[in-house]
Amino acid sequence: MKYRDAILIAAAVLASFAVLGTSLVTFTHAMTRERIAANERQALLRSLNALVPQESVDNDMISDVIKLRAADRLGSAETTVYRGRKLGQPVATVLTTVVPNGYSGPIKLLVAVRYDGTLGGVRVISHKETPGLGDKVEESRSDWIYSFNDRSLSDPPLAKWGVKRDGGAFDQFTGATITPRSIVEAVKKTLLYVRDHKDALYDRSPTVENQG
Amino acid sequence: MADTSYRELITDGLWHNNQALVALLGLCPLLAVSNTAINGLGLGLATTAVLVASNTTVSLIRNYVRPEVRLPVFVLVIASFVTAIEMGMNAYFHELHKILGIFIPLIVTNCIIIGRAEAFASKTGLSRSLVDGLSVGIGFTLVLLTLGGMRELVGQGTLFDQAHLMFGEAARGLTLRIEAFPGMLIAILPPGAFIGLGLLIMVKNLIDKRLAARAAERIDYPEGAEGAANP
Repeated sequence: MKYRDAILIAAAVLASFAVLGTSLVTFTHAMTRERIAANERQALLRSLNALVPQESVDNDMISDVIKLRAADRLGSAETTVYRGRKLGQPVATVLTTVVPNGYSGPIKLLVAVRYDGTLGGVRVISHKETPGLGDKVEESRSDWIYSFNDRSLSDPPLAKWGVKRDGGAFDQFTGATITPRSIVEAVKKTLLYVRDHKDALYDRSPTVENQG
Repeated sequence: MADTSYRELITDGLWHNNQALVALLGLCPLLAVSNTAINGLGLGLATTAVLVASNTTVSLIRNYVRPEVRLPVFVLVIASFVTAIEMGMNAYFHELHKILGIFIPLIVTNCIIIGRAEAFASKTGLSRSLVDGLSVGIGFTLVLLTLGGMRELVGQGTLFDQAHLMFGEAARGLTLRIEAFPGMLIAILPPGAFIGLGLLIMVKNLIDKRLAARAAERIDYPEGAEGAANP
């Protein structure tokens, strides 16, 4: 009997702390949920607007979204496409392309392609490249990522879509060729994809999945 | 234990028993997140908040929790606080939260926190536990901040880069930048963390040795040269 009581008390103490702890977490979650969601939306909107200026569109790009399955062309099992329109006319799409062959793991990109086929710009969202070498693809570390601004498949011509070491038009970094090379390749593939699916990208109703 | 003076608690936490430099606890976050001063400061403050909350709670409940279940209860308390603080940081310091990433939830596994709960707060009254949590936390934060500052300065030639993530837009001016210095990569990479921590420990030991020598002199001097140290 004595042992049973001890066990029961211990279990009751542990259970009550589990309840208290869970309540604290639940309460905090309820208090911060909206703010966290707003933060994430704000952060996403900021990065989209850096590529597709706010005044050039009048729709809610975050909600006007479709998902694509085109792993071989856009690098990940599911690619999100944000679509910008003004007065119902297509303006630009932003694709979450993934570079599968970075120097140390996949690199996540945002690639904005305007309706006329030129690039609104490219940004690196996350990567694991070597600090000090490959990480110059980050906007905060060098201007390299801006070299995609306003480019298209005819500027430079398709054959020149590579780094200079491979006879292309884009700079590589001293000590890091693989990172820029794979990013240039992924941006080119994204441009080709958008060219091949130009109007389909805008026509599809939001968040319907499709085969690339 | 209960008679430790507040003064002693504070000097122990900050210096003599600094958990990062003397006990070498919490090394995983210490080494991983100390690549810039602001990252270090952010993680240090989050850890301090958890330490204060957990020490206080553990001290309050120390007479009600049976010894057989005390460790699971402490872990529950710590994990709840860490989760709550993580959500708070996500809400109010969103960008910093994104940078620190997994290391905030991992505060749960930081040995310093369960160590102070088990070794100190579970045997000590409320106010001392609170002071202990605060001084141990600040001691840890100072090491993170110093190591982060060193690595940032040597590694990328800046200090307090991205200060605006923590202190708002007004703090952008806080960032120091050495224009001509591109930085030595090794300081940012993992080996830099080990080298930097080693240097910090060396400096601390040197200072301690000098202080001890000076204290010994002070005792010996007035009582004459010979035999003064004998009991």
